[in-house]
Amino acid sequence: MATFSNKGVVLLIILIKIAVVLVVLLATIAYLTWLERKVVAHIQARWGPYLVGPHGLLQPIADGAKAFLKEDIVPLEADKVIYWLAPFLGFTLALFSIAVIPFGEGFTIYGHTISFQITDLNVGLLFVFAVTSLGVYSIALAGWSSNSKYPLLGGLRSSAQMISYELSLGLAVVGVLMISGTLSLRGIVNSQAGFWHVGGVNTYLPHWNIFVQPVGFLVYFTAAIAETNRIPFDLPEGENELVGGFHTEYSSMKFAMFFMSEYANMITVSCLATLLFFGGWHGPVLGPYVFRVFLPVFWFCAKLFCFLFFYIWMRGTLPRFRYDQLMAFGWKFLLPVGVLNVLVTSFLVAWKSG
Amino acid sequence: MVVLFYILATLAVVAALSVVAQRKPVYSALSLIVVLCSLAVVYLLLGAEFIAVIQVIVYAGAIMVLFVFVIMLLNAGQEVPSHRSRMAHWLGAPLVAAFLVEILLAVWQQFPAASTRPASSLDAGPAAIGHLLFRNYVLPFEVTSILILVAILGAAVLAKKEF
Repeated sequence: MATFSNKGVVLLIILIKIAVVLVVLLATIAYLTWLERKVVAHIQARWGPYLVGPHGLLQPIADGAKAFLKEDIVPLEADKVIYWLAPFLGFTLALFSIAVIPFGEGFTIYGHTISFQITDLNVGLLFVFAVTSLGVYSIALAGWSSNSKYPLLGGLRSSAQMISYELSLGLAVVGVLMISGTLSLRGIVNSQAGFWHVGGVNTYLPHWNIFVQPVGFLVYFTAAIAETNRIPFDLPEGENELVGGFHTEYSSMKFAMFFMSEYANMITVSCLATLLFFGGWHGPVLGPYVFRVFLPVFWFCAKLFCFLFFYIWMRGTLPRFRYDQLMAFGWKFLLPVGVLNVLVTSFLVAWKSG
Repeated sequence: MVVLFYILATLAVVAALSVVAQRKPVYSALSLIVVLCSLAVVYLLLGAEFIAVIQVIVYAGAIMVLFVFVIMLLNAGQEVPSHRSRMAHWLGAPLVAAFLVEILLAVWQQFPAASTRPASSLDAGPAAIGHLLFRNYVLPFEVTSILILVAILGAAVLAKKEF
């Protein structure tokens, strides 16, 4: 009975999924800013936001309202079209990649299988990379269109940095791809189910890729931090050199959009780290059917939270690199290590499969 | 699907014209990115997901970023129109028309409308492409990579001389 009603239900399910994922993502972005301010404050022995709501919990809403109400200043000499386009492009692309991220196994209701994922592309991982690689434009164009020297330098720096580290990012996941043999994110997670068996003995170590690809993970995560322009690689917005970097001339909601896309990108790369190296939603699952359905989602979110916390922790701990150090580190250390990891992994995979 | 194709095809053609017509280099580069992305979506409609994604990663995400990077680095403003040569003025339009007709004829002969088939009937997945590339076409592939390596070395040597 593949009639209109059935098609309608499928469409409705997809729309509901998109709405739920989008709302959760935006709320996460909002409260990630709160978490960041709170954690960094406690690292520096301060209180952080405390006045708006209990423990400053309503601060993100106040910030959002403030961003909307502020005056929107456009520089006189700016290239108007691109100046407007850049923040929207960045934010849209940042939200895009969440579409292929699987959060859990899924469940069946009234004969409809609902997976915790908007869509399962068979090239899901490459899709995320494609969207991330387009994200450079938002920053580069923002810097260029402001028609001002600090943003221009910030935009140039960030495009150079993102191009350089994208290579290491791509190389780091090749090892995982060779082990799992698929580009679908769901497939990669499924290949990490169960435990490692060494010589027929169950080690009770989860079958996660991190245990066979530790080097790949380190390269991936380092490159991911550089790719999202976070400390210690946040040269594009180094305050003491470039005022604010590429978004110096942006104000009001357009500035907030850059801010939000940075956090959305952080969430995306953390999702990928969880999916590729830490078994995605796999974890101890027990209890009634509802638990079996939602515990995996909980595990996924818990792992994701650890990565996000680590991001913030590092911001509170590490100083910023110098620009030439950053480039030398990317090209002369990270890239060779990534290539070596690919070589060793491919050798071992070929050897094992005979 | 057909409606989507026509929308994307129109977008691609309009953006392609805009690449040539724009006076500012950045706008030309952005138009070219639009062309590449709409072509990628056309590939997607044909069921060739891998090619579509690679198109975006390689062309829109890597090569065009370098274009935009260079335009920014030179801080190229508006293009100054030169005095057009007399020959281009008289011969340009007829030559373009002749070229267009030739291409249309070639396409018409190659693909009569009835025998086109979607790529989804073929296996266009990464595994199939990998097999073809590294089994059947491994020699051309390696030769191409050496060619690119030589080009990179040449560029590096030329750039070093400037200092």
